[in-house]
Amino acid sequence: MNAGQHKPGANGTVPSRFDAIVVGGGPAGLAATFTLASAGATVACLERGTWSGSKNMMGGVIYSHPTANVFPGFWREAPLERLVTRRDMWFATTDSAIKASFESADFGQEPFNSFTVYRSRFDKWLAAQAAAAGAWMVTETLVEDLLQENGRVVGIRSGRPQGDLEADVVIIAEGVNPFLTEKAGLASCPPQAPNVALAVKEVLALPKEKIEDRFDLEPGAGAAIEIIGEITGGLPGTGFIYTNQDTISIGVGVLLDSLVDNVTEAYSILDKFKQQPQLRRLIQGASPREYSAHLIPEGGYRCMPQLYGDGVLVAGDAAGMVNPINSEGANLALLSGQMAAETVLACRRHGSFDRDALSLYRQQLEKSLIIKDLKKYENATPFLASHPQLFGLYPELMATIAREFLTVDNLSKADKEKLLLRLFRSQVPARRLLKDLFDAWRSLT
Amino acid sequence: MSINSVVCIKQVPDTSQVWIDPETGSLVRKGIPSVANPYDLYALETALGIRDRFGGFITALSMGPPQAEEVLRKALGYGVDRAVLLSDRAFAGADTLATTYALAAAVKKIAAGRPSQTGGGSGVDIVFCGKQSIDGDTGQVGPGLARRLGFSQLTYVCSLIEIDVKAGCVEAWRRREDGRELLRAQLPVAVTVTEQCSHIRYASLPDLIAAAKKPVEVWSVPDLDVDRGRLGLKGSPTRVSRIFAPPARKRGETLSAPSKPVTEVVENLFDRLSERGLKIGRRGG
Repeated sequence: MNAGQHKPGANGTVPSRFDAIVVGGGPAGLAATFTLASAGATVACLERGTWSGSKNMMGGVIYSHPTANVFPGFWREAPLERLVTRRDMWFATTDSAIKASFESADFGQEPFNSFTVYRSRFDKWLAAQAAAAGAWMVTETLVEDLLQENGRVVGIRSGRPQGDLEADVVIIAEGVNPFLTEKAGLASCPPQAPNVALAVKEVLALPKEKIEDRFDLEPGAGAAIEIIGEITGGLPGTGFIYTNQDTISIGVGVLLDSLVDNVTEAYSILDKFKQQPQLRRLIQGASPREYSAHLIPEGGYRCMPQLYGDGVLVAGDAAGMVNPINSEGANLALLSGQMAAETVLACRRHGSFDRDALSLYRQQLEKSLIIKDLKKYENATPFLASHPQLFGLYPELMATIAREFLTVDNLSKADKEKLLLRLFRSQVPARRLLKDLFDAWRSLT
Repeated sequence: MSINSVVCIKQVPDTSQVWIDPETGSLVRKGIPSVANPYDLYALETALGIRDRFGGFITALSMGPPQAEEVLRKALGYGVDRAVLLSDRAFAGADTLATTYALAAAVKKIAAGRPSQTGGGSGVDIVFCGKQSIDGDTGQVGPGLARRLGFSQLTYVCSLIEIDVKAGCVEAWRRREDGRELLRAQLPVAVTVTEQCSHIRYASLPDLIAAAKKPVEVWSVPDLDVDRGRLGLKGSPTRVSRIFAPPARKRGETLSAPSKPVTEVVENLFDRLSERGLKIGRRGG
């Protein structure tokens, strides 16, 4: 049977050709779609999931400033979990932890700093804003290819009957697996194991009051905890805990390459992680609700594709816009999507969407924090991958020193200091420590 | 020569994700994504197939909270011509009696706006429903609508095969416990369909794009010719006295004997079947 027998468009408002097509309804795509539609451009956004967010597993932190930059005052309406007022960093071994905590009353004041969200709900809300702004939102539709004429992108081909759609410009916001970016000839390095991290996460249900008790939070406030140490099995990566309204997101993100090299499954790391005594206390009695896993592009600046071509722009994860050091990605996606849209709007005034005209996008990104941050950390991922001691030995040593120092026994304090110094030197020769510090300084500053 | 139809679509929680609260015995729906009732999509495809053959006009109808618009938007994506959502606090808490009352009033209003093409005398020739919803599971709304509208009814339809527009009648296969039966009914008719009907089609991109901004009409109580007292919780005499999990069905007998030859197992099977009075012809004696 052919659905095409029925002629749609009783209201003649459906354009046969759009100003812009956005591929992907995540933060980058939705920021682009919303910005274009708000400015009166005809824009269609194509998302492969049942709804925007249905394919997303992120239950983590979104930042207020960049989000409000695209969606002003979003916190008044958007589905948020908790207002993050505390950020913790743990250096943890399999049985102990040094915890650094920062809490600020400022974080609780408008315009706030960050919120925990379920992206599956949050992205749905973003999509509703784009629809209300006048965009054509299409879900359950996979874009399989780009339509090209003489090397110029002129539209998309979806898997649907009569699935071609034409536009002046296509914004690719397809996420971590950049098939279209490759097809457009824009990719610079393949999405291989050294360039991606695998994050696995569980959502555990726990009553509101228990969460607020255990994490020492005001009602409605939330905590975000990042954990470094032996609990990732010594692999380069970090663990995380985020408090939601009545659930906790707990997970680990580890460089895929190291999982392959060590023949380790990510879920087994998470299982061990949950057994760590200080962590286990926080999640005790919580019942599992979800388990999910997702790739994160961490190739950084060096893996960034060509960001523009004739009739095409790339934004968000597809463009490798992730800062692995600060665990930022959604904010960079939102901002890059917005900049892609603003570029299209500027080009529309001149009527040209060729490579030269669209290079404005790259210029805007260079001026913004996006490229500055990505450049700053361009060596971060290889540095972390080649210095596993940061995730094993150093946290272990910190814990040993703390334990010894706080243990009262028959040693004098002076003897204790000597003992600890000897221990430290035997584990980390001075030359190695200096080299690690130097490497860290070179790679991360 | 065209058939006007109404397809009733209910937004239900995705039952693959809901869980039962062991204390109250009720479905926990909080935070569970909603989907279109799967049987209603078979109803929708049946309606679309009829429009492909005979032409006509399809209205998708739902009742629910404002977010039930999502399932109607989905129906528009498949190419239905009009979408109507009954949404009003007064409709909330309805059992099947109050639900069919509201839906029937909506169908009458839809019918009044469309000239009759067949001899049925109604502006709506066929009302399609799924055989039941996957959350309530009553299977009463389709037949209830037929009764309230004075339509003939065909339930558990597994294949709607023919419409004789001139004679104003419809022929369909109906599923029974022990097989199926061929039935003929006069238009207008209310049809409830099973999952043996055709699976919903893959919508075309132009239809989806056209649907993206097509309006979903929202009707509240004042839009319908109804008596408020017969709506929602007020109009629902059904009282739930107890909710319980039914005892698990006894599993069937399994004949397995990995060490024995297959023929022996088959012999055993034949013996068991003939014990139960089933006559089996044995080939080759």
